[in-house]
Amino acid sequence: MAFTIQFVIDVLSLGGAYALMALGLVIIYGILRLVNFAYGELIMVAGYTMFLASGSGLPWIVMAVLAVAMAILFGILTDYIAFRPVRAKSVTAVLITSFAFSNLLQNAALLFISPRPRNVPLPAVFSQTVSIGGAITPVRNLITIAASIVLLAAVAFLMRRTTLGIAMRAAATNFTMARMLGVPANLIISSAFALSGFLAGVVGILWIGRIGTVVPGIGLEPLLVAFIATVIGGMRSLPGAVVGGFLLALIDTTLNYTLSQDLLKFRDAFTFSLVILILLWRPEGLIKGPASGQRT
Amino acid sequence: MLDVRDLSVSYGTIRAVRGISFTVGKGELVSLLGANGAGKSSTIKCIAGALKASGGTITLDGRDITAASPEQVVRAGLATVPETRDVFPDLTVSENLMLGAYIHRRDPAGNRENLDRLHTLFPRLAERAHQPAGTLSGGEQQMLVIARALMSRPGVLLLDEPSLGLAPAIVERIFEMIETLKKSGLTILLVEQNVNQALAVADRAYVMRLGAIVAAGTADEIRSTSDLSAHYLGG
Repeated sequence: MAFTIQFVIDVLSLGGAYALMALGLVIIYGILRLVNFAYGELIMVAGYTMFLASGSGLPWIVMAVLAVAMAILFGILTDYIAFRPVRAKSVTAVLITSFAFSNLLQNAALLFISPRPRNVPLPAVFSQTVSIGGAITPVRNLITIAASIVLLAAVAFLMRRTTLGIAMRAAATNFTMARMLGVPANLIISSAFALSGFLAGVVGILWIGRIGTVVPGIGLEPLLVAFIATVIGGMRSLPGAVVGGFLLALIDTTLNYTLSQDLLKFRDAFTFSLVILILLWRPEGLIKGPASGQRT
Repeated sequence: MLDVRDLSVSYGTIRAVRGISFTVGKGELVSLLGANGAGKSSTIKCIAGALKASGGTITLDGRDITAASPEQVVRAGLATVPETRDVFPDLTVSENLMLGAYIHRRDPAGNRENLDRLHTLFPRLAERAHQPAGTLSGGEQQMLVIARALMSRPGVLLLDEPSLGLAPAIVERIFEMIETLKKSGLTILLVEQNVNQALAVADRAYVMRLGAIVAAGTADEIRSTSDLSAHYLGG
């Protein structure tokens, strides 16, 4: 029983984090059909903001809000610097500018802060554990689960019930038609980047909360995870990104529990083999995105 | 009301529209006729702001909208129904209509009134309000895009091939609806390949061929022009 509870909590907390990461990536991809390779750096920005604010004596929650705000700001900056100037010109150009922006941010962190890990302040509750039905579990896993439930519900509400969300979904299926109804392109794209930055900021704090330190390359793993989760779930579907995130967490956690010590270092190889199998079975991902609505 | 002067549209080196001029007066229904590839849809997309003009001017109510973006054009009072019949398939019918009123989103009372009027005109859309638009039939989707365009309360409506690919009975109903809209005082530019039906509702018509206007006149004059089919068949 304790084992089952432990397993479920592990899957849900990892899955919640993966789902939020994937959602942040797919929101941009859905509208612009472009992967934002600078997405991982938004997590890095949140981490370094926490590090830089740690000497200020501010309450932790204020530092966390500041970190999320900086991630949102850098999300919007990604749009202005890497996407907007070349958006209309070529897909390849945006691919390269988003890589370049990612590199620029990483190198700025290397140069101006340090290549070595920096401590991020965490409230005491992050390192405490509780016992639930006999299973000893870190409180931060429960915080992660709670945060993902709240955020996934909030994003669902935004996308289904507000004019901005409905306009974003419309822009994701047919951007030109949405503009012909008066939906301003730049507002929608900037909102998507801001939302993406918001999710990256929250996930960044939760993610860094596992290790307690931030390094310039911290964003690489979340970017990869988000990318794989969206590919499994279906690149253009928001529910698909969430399903993909939880499925990937299920695979990872199951392998963690079942693989022997010798094999555990090859965990990623097993994970990717399963991902390949899923894609052979469902090349478009588990949930197909909205049809393009085009008729010829 | 809508005044197009020497308009040219190019795709790279290919000139799809070669310096055409036409006008649509207030409350008028003007039809733009021509075969496939004559440049009709390029003209429509260019007026709507979805394509950049390579030359000429477009004025709406005396305002220059030649270089305007699609969102500025609809704010200026010109709504477009593209031939691709672009409903947002995973959004419900009412969400589609709500987006049509995006520029009036601060006026929910006015939108509700407008929606009630459109539901009387298209009862089918009221029945299917909560269904995803992608599940509608072709005719219903056409009604939805027209109703959605009208939710922006336009002064001028551009209709690109509303009868394309629809069953004759549905086409009949679409044209009845166009007549109703015309009687309500709406200014309409109708692009059609269905010449007879378009001329039956139009006040005036222009015939396009290979990117240029080759004939212009009242609907009756165009109808009696003997070489109309020649323009279509390329004779």
